[in-house]
Amino acid sequence: MTTTTHKLDHRRSDYERIARTPEFSELRRRYRAFAIPATVAFLAWYLLYVVMSMFASDFMGTRIVGNINVALVFGLLQFVTTFLLAWLYSRYSARHLDPLARDLTDDFERGVE
Amino acid sequence: MNGAVVVMQASHQGLTTALFLTVVAVTIGITFWASRQTHGATDYYAGGRNFSGFQNGLAIGGDYMSAASFLGISGVIALSGYDGFLYSIGFLVAWLVALLLVAEMLRNSGRYTMADQLAYRMRQRPVRTAAATSTVVVSIFYLLAQMVGAGALVGLLLDVQGDAAKNVTILGVGILMVFYVTVGGMKGTTWVQIVKAVLLMLGSLLIVVLVLAKFDFNLSELLGTAASNTGKGQAFLEPGLKYGIDTTHKIDFISLGLALVLGTAGLPHILIRFYTTPTSRDARKSVMWAIGLIGAFYLMTLVLGFGAAALLNKGDYADVAASSGNLASPLLAQTVGGGADSTGGAILLAVIAAVAFATILAVVAGLTLTSSASVAHDLYNSVFRRGEASERDELRTARIAAGVIGLVAILLAIPAKNLNIAFLVALAFAVAASANLPAIVYNMFWRRFNTRGAVWSIYGGLVSSVVLVVFSPVMSGKGIDPVSGKNLSLLPTSIDISWFPLENPGIVSIPLGFFLGWLGTVLSKDQEAEDRFTELEVRALTGAGAEGAVTH
Repeated sequence: MTTTTHKLDHRRSDYERIARTPEFSELRRRYRAFAIPATVAFLAWYLLYVVMSMFASDFMGTRIVGNINVALVFGLLQFVTTFLLAWLYSRYSARHLDPLARDLTDDFERGVE
Repeated sequence: MNGAVVVMQASHQGLTTALFLTVVAVTIGITFWASRQTHGATDYYAGGRNFSGFQNGLAIGGDYMSAASFLGISGVIALSGYDGFLYSIGFLVAWLVALLLVAEMLRNSGRYTMADQLAYRMRQRPVRTAAATSTVVVSIFYLLAQMVGAGALVGLLLDVQGDAAKNVTILGVGILMVFYVTVGGMKGTTWVQIVKAVLLMLGSLLIVVLVLAKFDFNLSELLGTAASNTGKGQAFLEPGLKYGIDTTHKIDFISLGLALVLGTAGLPHILIRFYTTPTSRDARKSVMWAIGLIGAFYLMTLVLGFGAAALLNKGDYADVAASSGNLASPLLAQTVGGGADSTGGAILLAVIAAVAFATILAVVAGLTLTSSASVAHDLYNSVFRRGEASERDELRTARIAAGVIGLVAILLAIPAKNLNIAFLVALAFAVAASANLPAIVYNMFWRRFNTRGAVWSIYGGLVSSVVLVVFSPVMSGKGIDPVSGKNLSLLPTSIDISWFPLENPGIVSIPLGFFLGWLGTVLSKDQEAEDRFTELEVRALTGAGAEGAVTH
């Protein structure tokens, strides 16, 4: 038991060491700078769609081309924005988050050994 | 009925039965193969964490796209037009919550269950008990809806009527899911889900192409035909036919929309899929694949639903209405294959029926695995044995738990087989959004969050969702449908205990779950949980010290 506790304490101090690095602060800042506004934006965009579907049916029923109306286009736009946001996040992570996370993990493992 | 029709009917049943048996045989083969690759807890619970992003993306699709989505959504679109599409969008957009806030951090900080991530910095026993309770309740609700659906569906697809056929189906599905889980573990379950996802996508694509070809790939013409064929005109293409009756129904739909969009990332059987990849980057890739697949699938259900409304003849359309929409896709397949009296129609109907069957099997297996894993890992080992149980003991308990959960599901599903319990799926999403998501999000983003906050938000979200549904029109007070003469609520019409006006509790229970998580936290002090937040955050964001893949 004592060895496990010792090892845990050791790792805990490693985690705390990583947490104090400027690189980690930067990683957290970059992650939150994308994830939080993006979440607020897509939830608001989705709620707008749901509320308008329920309470603005005249507008939603406006025909654009043939039998294609605003409701259908708005619904399909939800698909487009979901795909787009997922792709943007994936690109952002690969460029701005993964390299920092990799460096910090390497740093952490050097400390543990 | 003339002779040719009888022959066709018989050959369609024979073909459907043969394809059902093929699905069962293939999945049993996969399970035996997987059992030989399963050597320890990480293999059993997390498939050795060796699935690639693409494989896990397919498996997530297989886990998520239930028969309720495949048959239910296309059915709602076929009967009520645009409103069915509102469902699909909630189910899809929800994946952004999983992608941006949950998947990677959960993969980095947990091991096998949803509770692992909370227990990382909280007091083990209360938090694991709460999370396991919520996991089992959500999974059993979902499981019951799937099994009762399976009973009704297999009867419809094989054209066998009566309670005996439903009982046999429920029993068969129950036995198969326990078999997949106890023998094949996560590896077997994952491959069953992958096979199902491929079958579902290919089967749907085939029907969609055949439907669109009938309209020269002109979507507007398909929609116009659907609107005129159903006799509902442009209203069929606009929101509101089903949910827009009055303000209560409109608010009810917004409540459902909230539960759908926030519930997905709190569904335990979805969460544990993120543990099956080697790294959090693969978990992210798997969500990307899942979003692509699930999005493509819901776009196809749009064509299937409107296609059924546009192409089915009066008799078939009446059958779709009588089945609450579930028969829309199968009968559409038969129609585009050449109609009820053609070989093509019989083949396509059988193929879609088999795809629906595979869909049910893959989803129930995932649910059984998730709930049994939580019982063994969280309750048995961490709570009862205080973390002292050996891996062998824990895995034996997991297998026993899978058997017990299977038995409970069978025993509950058989008496419920003629009830309309489709609302349980929406309720599972509401509980996931009200009980699980607040705890998961607070845990990752709020240093101050602690054990009492976690326990209060989980029990508060769980109890409030369930209690509100008990006192909602789902349970009692809706009276008798003037057209069909059926009781619209679950309880006999003589009992009316309803006072909550909405069928979906999310709009009240989700804010309540978040509020109780905050309140419980500020009313207690848990220095250890705050101190360990640093460790959790570093691990979640960087992956340092995260569980690795197993190499044999």
